[in-house]
Amino acid sequence: MSALLEISNLQAGIGDKAILKGLDLTIQAGEVHAIMGPNGSGKSTLSYVLSGKDGYDITGGSMQFDGHDLADLQAEERAIAGLFLAFQYPLEIPGVTNMTFLKTALNAVRRGRGEDEMDAASFLRLAREKSRALGMDDDMLKRQLNVGFSGGEKKRNEILQMAMLEPKLAILDETDSGLDIDALKIVAEGVNAQRSPERGMLVITHYQRLLDFIKPDVVHVMANGRIVRSGGPELALELEKSGYADYRGNEAAHA
Amino acid sequence: MSEAKSTIDRETVEQVAKFGGEHYKYGFESDIDADRAPNGLSEDIVRFISAKKGEPEWLLAWRLDAYERWCTMDEPKWAHVHYPQIDFQDLCYYAAPKSMEDGPKSLDEVDPELLRTYEKLGIPLIEQEMLAGVRKVAVDAVFDSVSVGTTFRDELAKEGIIFCSFSEAVKEHPDLVKKYLGSVIPKSDNYYAALNSAVFSDGSFVYIPPGVRCPMELSTYFRINEANTGQFERTLVIADKGSYVSYLEGCTAPMRDENQLHAAVVELVALEDAEIKYSTVQNWYPGDAEGKGGIYNFVTKRGDCREARARISWTQVETGSAVTWKYPSCILRGDDSSGEFYSIAISNNLQQVDSGTKMIHLGRNTSSKIISKGISAGRSSNAYRGQVSVHPKAANARNFTQCDSLLIGDQCAAHTVPYIEAKNLSAVLEHEATTSKISDDQLFFCRQRGLDPEEAVALIVNGFCRDVLQNLPMEFAVEAQKLVGISLEGSVG
Repeated sequence: MSALLEISNLQAGIGDKAILKGLDLTIQAGEVHAIMGPNGSGKSTLSYVLSGKDGYDITGGSMQFDGHDLADLQAEERAIAGLFLAFQYPLEIPGVTNMTFLKTALNAVRRGRGEDEMDAASFLRLAREKSRALGMDDDMLKRQLNVGFSGGEKKRNEILQMAMLEPKLAILDETDSGLDIDALKIVAEGVNAQRSPERGMLVITHYQRLLDFIKPDVVHVMANGRIVRSGGPELALELEKSGYADYRGNEAAHA
Repeated sequence: MSEAKSTIDRETVEQVAKFGGEHYKYGFESDIDADRAPNGLSEDIVRFISAKKGEPEWLLAWRLDAYERWCTMDEPKWAHVHYPQIDFQDLCYYAAPKSMEDGPKSLDEVDPELLRTYEKLGIPLIEQEMLAGVRKVAVDAVFDSVSVGTTFRDELAKEGIIFCSFSEAVKEHPDLVKKYLGSVIPKSDNYYAALNSAVFSDGSFVYIPPGVRCPMELSTYFRINEANTGQFERTLVIADKGSYVSYLEGCTAPMRDENQLHAAVVELVALEDAEIKYSTVQNWYPGDAEGKGGIYNFVTKRGDCREARARISWTQVETGSAVTWKYPSCILRGDDSSGEFYSIAISNNLQQVDSGTKMIHLGRNTSSKIISKGISAGRSSNAYRGQVSVHPKAANARNFTQCDSLLIGDQCAAHTVPYIEAKNLSAVLEHEATTSKISDDQLFFCRQRGLDPEEAVALIVNGFCRDVLQNLPMEFAVEAQKLVGISLEGSVG
């Protein structure tokens, strides 16, 4: 069986500035991978390049996702193919209710997958069910998308969108940033509820504490645009103790 | 980062460049034999129009007086719009479908080709039971210079409501016309109002008797078909004491390479405790991507809250026209009267909009509210121009103004020109204004959730316009939302 995501020798940057410098990563369906690394190692760039954000130049390597060459697909086509990015800083859209946004997104994805759009009643039932499972009250669906949301509410809302869109691969970019411990637990529970044998996850984080709640199968250390070490969950604990100093040194040596 | 930015901008520009007027869905032309006046404007043409319509002597005199005044006036130059000098002697001031020469006695006699034209526009001129749950809408359709049919008249007549073409009103209800015509917008109010007063061809007339709540939406659909023709219609709506009416106006025109002039006048009169809601969805042909063709929309609209506790509300969705010059206003004469103005003005490609409102507070305890949402894309220019004026006797006047501009791309312009004057110390006036841009991050966020760039822009813009869209009658709010999306097609990369 071929991998859900297979990245080989990926090189990408902005203009003349190289950020990803030959990155390899393979994720099988059902696996949860964590990428850790110091600031500036290229973690967020990886999430943007995978999801197709404009402004990045891909200069080498390849990204295969579930039978697609990602480089051939527009951002929205990647979403339709089943790639989901939970944003580090979710955007506000004034005047658009959470409900409207979810419905527009769900139907866009369904249309793209050749399915019928969901009728209003079924949609409402589904949205309520999924949001309650995340401990959100119905009011949150009526509020304007992310406008005036607390950090925790925004992140929970990202997980709600993921639950509605049912992606094959979910990338969580620094989902723990700005969350207190209670909010972190709620978000992690939401993520764990969505683990399944068909779904892969890539959890990008700076700190080990998120991985106390979302147990990864594989942990990678990223530095200077590459995966420099991979191992089991114990690698995260080791990093927690020793920090990224070794890898920073590595970076300096390359620079 | 700056290089990435310039890549995005370049792509946006290329996308915008690809966009052409071919997206305009109402651009077809109908092949209908027309009866036209010779081009040019003179006293004789005014007499010709009046004679064609079999008007009484007093109305001819009124027109001639307007014409005389117009001859002494100059075109206004203060608006933030640029267009070549209009040759008023090279325009046709009257065109009517030939089959209408004797006037239809009923809708059954209307030329089937005309009915098909309106059907194509999505406007039913055949009275029909609408889908369950949808309220009935009575329609007056104006084709070039004449009204071709008005629906649901009998049903409205049972309530004593008069809803007919202006020409018929002149014949059937001369006293009402004489009493109210020009009473809100005097003949010589401005250059285009004077021109309209001299040569106006037709339009709609509405009278709601005291205490009657109009049981359905009333609407007029304006269609310019003939080439090189100006359209000068005149609408007069009178809501007598304690009555209520909601009125919608829609406009489309064929795609043509030359510009066409539309100079309409709309007068609203609300008496004691009466309420008028007037909504416009203006979708005249905007011209192509290079700015060729399109309608010059120079319109004067004003409502008079003539007596105590009268209420007038204007809602407009302006998406069409090459050049728009339009300021639907309220005169708050009666004590405790109120005026509202809700506007969405969208400009794309080379469209130019200079629009806004005037709220003139004359009576005591009068209040007004202005919510304006301007959206500019392409290389267009979009100006809000508003005046809030509190006169010395207008004690306790209140106004709230919110004026938001949204920019798409980096070659468009937004201008905000508010004039505020208070001559009474008790006035409370608030003004809020914002200017924002659709960010690349917002677009990416939407696209990451599966929306294509155009859906994403439509969603964000509809959110931006929400406060105004909520004020449209439900039947038209959905249409307006779609129109917002269509108008901005091709505005992002």
